[in-house]
Amino acid sequence: MTQAELRLCSLLLQEHFGEIVEKVGNSLLRTGPRPLRLLVGDTGLLPDQVKKALCVLLQHDLVRYEVQPRGSVEYEARSERILRILRYPRYIYTAKTLYGDPGELLVEELLLHGHLSMSCAVARVADRLTETMEDGKTMDYAEVSGTFVRLADTHFIRRCPMVPENPRNAAEPPPPAPALAIADRDMYVVPRLSLAGKGKRRRSCDEEEDGQRKAKRQKQEGGSSEPPPDDGIYWQVNLERFHQHFRDQALVSAVGSRMDQTSSEVVRTMLRMSEVTTASGASHTQPLSSNEIFRALPAGYNIGKQVLDQYLALLADDPLEFVGKSGDSGGGTYTVNLHKALASLATATLESIVEERFGSRCARIFRLLLRKKHLEQKQVEDFAMIPAKEAKDMLYRMLSENLVSLQEIPKTPDHAPSRTFYLYTVNVAAAARMLLHRCYKSAANLMERRQHETRENKRLLEKSQRVEAILASMQATGAEEEQLREVEEMLTGPERQQLENLKRNVNKIDASENQVDETIFVLESFIESTVKRP
Amino acid sequence: MAGRGRGRGRGQMTFNVEAVGIGKGDALPPPTLQPSPLFPALEHRAAPLPGGEEGEYMLALKQELRRAMRGLPYFVKPGAPRRDIERYSDKYQLSSPVDSAIDWNPDWRRLPRELKIRVRRVRKGTTPLVPKQRVTPDKEETIKKLESLEKKEEEVTSEEEEEKEEEEEGKEEEEEEYDEEEHEEETDYVLSYFDNGESFGPDSDDNGDEAVY
Repeated sequence: MTQAELRLCSLLLQEHFGEIVEKVGNSLLRTGPRPLRLLVGDTGLLPDQVKKALCVLLQHDLVRYEVQPRGSVEYEARSERILRILRYPRYIYTAKTLYGDPGELLVEELLLHGHLSMSCAVARVADRLTETMEDGKTMDYAEVSGTFVRLADTHFIRRCPMVPENPRNAAEPPPPAPALAIADRDMYVVPRLSLAGKGKRRRSCDEEEDGQRKAKRQKQEGGSSEPPPDDGIYWQVNLERFHQHFRDQALVSAVGSRMDQTSSEVVRTMLRMSEVTTASGASHTQPLSSNEIFRALPAGYNIGKQVLDQYLALLADDPLEFVGKSGDSGGGTYTVNLHKALASLATATLESIVEERFGSRCARIFRLLLRKKHLEQKQVEDFAMIPAKEAKDMLYRMLSENLVSLQEIPKTPDHAPSRTFYLYTVNVAAAARMLLHRCYKSAANLMERRQHETRENKRLLEKSQRVEAILASMQATGAEEEQLREVEEMLTGPERQQLENLKRNVNKIDASENQVDETIFVLESFIESTVKRP
Repeated sequence: MAGRGRGRGRGQMTFNVEAVGIGKGDALPPPTLQPSPLFPALEHRAAPLPGGEEGEYMLALKQELRRAMRGLPYFVKPGAPRRDIERYSDKYQLSSPVDSAIDWNPDWRRLPRELKIRVRRVRKGTTPLVPKQRVTPDKEETIKKLESLEKKEEEVTSEEEEEKEEEEEGKEEEEEEYDEEEHEEETDYVLSYFDNGESFGPDSDDNGDEAVY
């Protein structure tokens, strides 16, 4: 846990869950797993506040607990899950592109509440959709449940581990904390519910209120005495599946920009076919024969079999090695090399960072070192065709930033400096980790700056909110143009200008945070692929 | 030993500096005597942010998410400090956060038993029964029913979500809900009559329609 990660985690917790949860999370992150009473002592908060904070963190799966043999329960924060909060908008947007509005709102509700039961989630989303529809129209539960089932089938959401059902002996004391578990085969099974109903509007017109009241009373009578049919079955968003999807997207767009649209479609088809058959940490997909790929191509693409074979051969021959040929049966079997692709993406990110930060000549040297692996000072100057002084200067700058490292090769056993080769090299994994740390730091800096900007202009923001509220209420009661203009003039010209500036800055900072998160995703996926070795 | 002679030549190193590329007589950069500046000068301007529909939508989503999370009960606020004198309008104040109660109803079966805390159902200026009790669920239910029978309850201005979650609501609260404006506590006044102006401030001035910047 680096300092930058800790800082970013605590900023995220504070922004989304408040100071109390931040203090508790901070204590857990910095000092490791601890039981409740030590937490209370550490943070200096009231015991009830700490309990509330832990309930919130457990609800959102940001903290896990473990029953120790002595009987106490220890809580441990999950820093990697807390960092995902930065990526929530991307998850929701992806759900929207894949499953439309119901999908988007389902994923949003699940992310906002941590985990929900299916009936609860469907009801909420139906209500929200109904509010946005025209008067008189309501959203049927069936459509929303259909989307829910599709999300579960494609593994974008999954069931939470469940409380064990077997009844204990009455003689044994109940355990201090339930041992939650779920079998793999049950993880995506949707319970059979007959969810019938329509979304309700929050503020309907007067004539409907009576009908709604009656409906609500009946619902309370019927529903309050018994638990909902899917009691105890909770669903959460499956972040791993989303990450897989992002990785596939990045791969496809990389192939598309390197070659052409058709080859990216071919790769997309291959990835789609291997979605469920590939394990999450696999280094390459299962081999797919050319005939299978041809059959699975989307309907709009009517390219001939020979053309497909040519494309596949081209992809397999490409030096980036996204696609590899693994055999000749079935017209040639091909796999997508996932780890190699991630490495290429990470390397491209590194190159682009060097280019933007140090200039194109430094980038040339960097790419040269990547290609040639180890080079002496003189060789760098020769190959890059850059004058010696400048090459030296650039190399030292990159060396001081730890993007490039020196490798010593002694000629004699006593490592005498005059008789040792000093070779420059790029260690991609180390550079990726270093840049990832910088990304966390940038994200934390951006958040702090945004909070600072908002704090500085707090008074002005409140004033503008009040003016808006007054305007809205005056418009509702039907005021005249003149009165409205008078109220609007409460905000002077320079103040409006200041507000505009604030809004523009905050938007820019928010967009930058989203951008940094994309880089974080690429680097993290690459580092994870290098670490996971079976 | 080697390197002991100071001042014999500027910047003597233990290795042959020519191998690394520093020629004889070349000017070395000045030594660093202080930590690097906090805001170093930018040499190259950053590339412009990618705009486009996707970027705009995600930006809006992000701000919307921030605003929404502030309003959810998961945003734990510290309890309101106790007043030095009890005031009459306390009875009619809109509920301020309370330390000893949790604002939403988690599934207690999934959580360790030590975390169980009273779920807030009512808002009251006077202290409710034993605030920090840890009771088994059925006892809690009977106590709640007793509470609702003994005192006149006011309901937290609830959104529909909270209503659906609270399964144990009795009929009494139902009646409260649509007679909210008129029958609470048998007063003739609208609740905002009891607004004593003390809630002026950033926390309570939440206009829910505005995006949080």
